[in-house]
Amino acid sequence: MLYPITATHYLVLGAAMLAIGTIGVLARRNIVVILMAIELILNAVNINLIAFSRHLGQVHGQVFAIFVITVAVAEAAVGLGILIALFRNRETVQADEINLLKW
Amino acid sequence: MWVDAFFFYLFAAITLTGAVLTITRRNAVHSAMSLILSLIGVAGLFLLQRAELLFAVQIVLYVGGIMVLFLFVIMLVNLDQAARMRQFSRQWWLALACVLAILAEIVYVLGRGSRVFQFAPPAPPAQGGNVEQVADVLFKQYLVPFELASILLLAAIVGSVIMARKRV
Repeated sequence: MLYPITATHYLVLGAAMLAIGTIGVLARRNIVVILMAIELILNAVNINLIAFSRHLGQVHGQVFAIFVITVAVAEAAVGLGILIALFRNRETVQADEINLLKW
Repeated sequence: MWVDAFFFYLFAAITLTGAVLTITRRNAVHSAMSLILSLIGVAGLFLLQRAELLFAVQIVLYVGGIMVLFLFVIMLVNLDQAARMRQFSRQWWLALACVLAILAEIVYVLGRGSRVFQFAPPAPPAQGGNVEQVADVLFKQYLVPFELASILLLAAIVGSVIMARKRV
């Protein structure tokens, strides 16, 4: 069960990393750490894509992983820009103190 | 064969350790360093899966690009006060329980179907290396998504510059 490494091992690893990232997004208060946890989630997706790419013997999964990395870069850039604007206006980086849109 | 298994478990341990440290550290700089560790572990997994191009992209783009951006913003934003405050939201136990339930479900389903997921027998070495194969597929079959990704990056550049400007 543990020894011949199959795609299942990579999928379980990806699921574990997704779970850790989701806990980070849901439970942390610091927005910088929340953005890092989103990067963890996207990396879990990449692990799965590469595992399936190897499993099927094609490179389409790797091409999709490149797209995922592109989206991750765009997300990080915009997210950190928003964070700087937010800190300049509200002087806080705690996610639950930014509740202007909350009813 | 056992070398593959050894390196898989090594890189998996690095990845998961870095991930857990990332979401538990109090200091954001320590979180960023742990995230770098985790990303390097993922890069090792890419190399193990014969995705050499993505290995290089992961190191250069993630560890070299995104993480420098993160560290830059951490230095720019004053996080000393945030480090002294409560780190987890009040419903953290609920989030933990829900996520662990979903994880158990996924692992159970994967375990039931695990016989299907053998790796394909090593294909006859295709023409060219990994980079050439990826480029071949990327520029022939995925040309439109590739161009759309460039538009997305342009929008992200403009958006982040506007967001980080002096007065929004």
